[in-house]
Amino acid sequence: MSVLRPAGEFDASYAYDMATIRRPWQWAALFLLIAALYTLPLYASQGLVALLNRTIIVIIAVQGLNLLTGYTGQISLGQAAFMTVGGYISALLVNLLNWNYLPALLAAAVGAGVVGLLFGLPSLRVKGFYLVMATLAAQFIIPWFTRNAFHDVLNGAQGLNVRPPELFGIVFNTPQRYFMLTLTLLILTTVVAQNVSRSRLGRAFVSIRDHDLAAELLGVNLFKYKLQAFFLAAVYAGIAGSLAAHQLRHLNSETFGLNDSVLMLGMLVVGGLGTGMGPFLGAVVIELLIEAATVLGPVVASYFPSTATGAVQALRPLLFGLALMLFLIFEPRGLAHRWQLFKAAWRLRPFSH
Amino acid sequence: MNWQLLPQFAISGLLAGGPIALMGLGLVLIFKASYIFNFAHGQLLLIGTLLTWWLAVEIALPLWLSILLALALSALLGLVIERLALRPMTGQPLLAIILMTLALGQVLQGVALLLFGSTQRNFPQIFSAANPYKIVTPFLYNERNITIILKQNLVWSFVAAILGVLLIGAFFRFTRTGLAMRGASEDHELAQSIGLRIHRIFGISWALAGVVAATGGILLATSSGLDLSLSILVLAAFPAVLLGGLESIPGVIIGGLIIGLSQGVVSASKVQLIRNASEIMPYLVLMLVLILRPEGLFGQKRIERV
Repeated sequence: MSVLRPAGEFDASYAYDMATIRRPWQWAALFLLIAALYTLPLYASQGLVALLNRTIIVIIAVQGLNLLTGYTGQISLGQAAFMTVGGYISALLVNLLNWNYLPALLAAAVGAGVVGLLFGLPSLRVKGFYLVMATLAAQFIIPWFTRNAFHDVLNGAQGLNVRPPELFGIVFNTPQRYFMLTLTLLILTTVVAQNVSRSRLGRAFVSIRDHDLAAELLGVNLFKYKLQAFFLAAVYAGIAGSLAAHQLRHLNSETFGLNDSVLMLGMLVVGGLGTGMGPFLGAVVIELLIEAATVLGPVVASYFPSTATGAVQALRPLLFGLALMLFLIFEPRGLAHRWQLFKAAWRLRPFSH
Repeated sequence: MNWQLLPQFAISGLLAGGPIALMGLGLVLIFKASYIFNFAHGQLLLIGTLLTWWLAVEIALPLWLSILLALALSALLGLVIERLALRPMTGQPLLAIILMTLALGQVLQGVALLLFGSTQRNFPQIFSAANPYKIVTPFLYNERNITIILKQNLVWSFVAAILGVLLIGAFFRFTRTGLAMRGASEDHELAQSIGLRIHRIFGISWALAGVVAATGGILLATSSGLDLSLSILVLAAFPAVLLGGLESIPGVIIGGLIIGLSQGVVSASKVQLIRNASEIMPYLVLMLVLILRPEGLFGQKRIERV
């Protein structure tokens, strides 16, 4: 679909062919959008900004999952566990050692990445279900570790109270201020993800996904690239986990659970596997769905008096699961594919082909 | 290691392995027939058990009747799931199928929560909780024989679970349908070309899996009570299945027993950290299996190492 260019626009150079942003007006629109987002906290309500913060954090984690599952084709149910690792590392560094947030964030990213490498090791020998089980093991072993090991530092099942991050003398203690942090990091992670997917690394990832045997015959070092994909995914999870921990101000072994891992995989499929847009579309749509569950909850509760308090908790998995099932059956390529189809149809208008 | 406690914990763990094996059997059934690893098994089990509870306590039917009815309804649920959710996925990539069963699990969890709420229920007692069995071993500790105390429900759950697994095993071995299912699991296209109705076989295996899940749930609920966390217990069955080798019915018994035993042995340790490790023991075993012997103990060596 990407070959579909507007009439009269030719790829005169290789760089132009690869470019994501091709036209001056697109640059202008992008900068306008970014400027609008940065000034958003000035006029948006606190609740909206908090929702955006949450969504951005999820987007970052899903972007990492996209590199691993979308591009490399390695299914992972461990993304939330790596978020836990990142969250704990940066929380401990800031709380106990009074580190500045920036190095703490870096340490969280790298630490989560290393743990991700560890659980990616079985990918040397197994794939498919077996790999899912290995990542599922991460999802159990890591929270268990935070509950039971090093009680005096990790504080067991109680978890930690996390201080708000501090950078250059600014304390990010309100959703509005925090938004600056999350937005900046989202821009960074998006640029990195986009460039990884278009470079040698990304091509190797895609070749592994599409046909691992052929890829190896062509000289792609499977083990190396699979581990790099695991590392990158876990780094993204570490960043997201650190951001989430400092936003929630509290962290324990159940802050990010198996359900979050499933949720993130679902977002990826709804948005579109292996596309740059996918994590954005999927995370936004599913977050909106979850918000809808919160609104619909009381209405549904009136029909099911036996579970009046649990209606919201029941609707979330119900709506998410139904949406995911419908997408898997009717549009397995996700919303990003729909968007491409829509753009193509718009360009070809009024002709249908 | 707390030696005088070891026999007690080891045998309790072994007995707990019976229900684990039964839960694993439901996974193996579906995997054998259709190469689908069913992540919604826990929720299937939860719904079956909640139905039993609802029929026996709310409707006040006799227990045996409500169990039979709940098993029938679970079989029906399995059929419906196969028809509505899994059949459209035929020929789709692995990720889509795994996600479909995960999504199914979410939906079933939501339905269970909506219809039954999240409160802890008292499941009707099937086996008497008083009068545990006592076994006096010849081993001495402090001049006294070590006595092993076994709760009745643990023993009978174990017996029922192993009977269930053997029954399904016999079904596979000795009946025509079982033969057809084994044939279908070898090669879908070949099975179809000799006139086996492959979709019917998938349907039957999902219905059977529903029955097996409900049975496992009922056995678990008699010992650990009934609430929504029941579906999480199934996650201990995944490692058992992988350890046994994914497609092997004897394998799933051995796998379940090994997982149960390892949990029991670890609980007998004197170090608290190791004692607490009993809840993740299945996953530590799993990591070992994946790294050392991914095909499991009795599985076919079909994993490609690319």
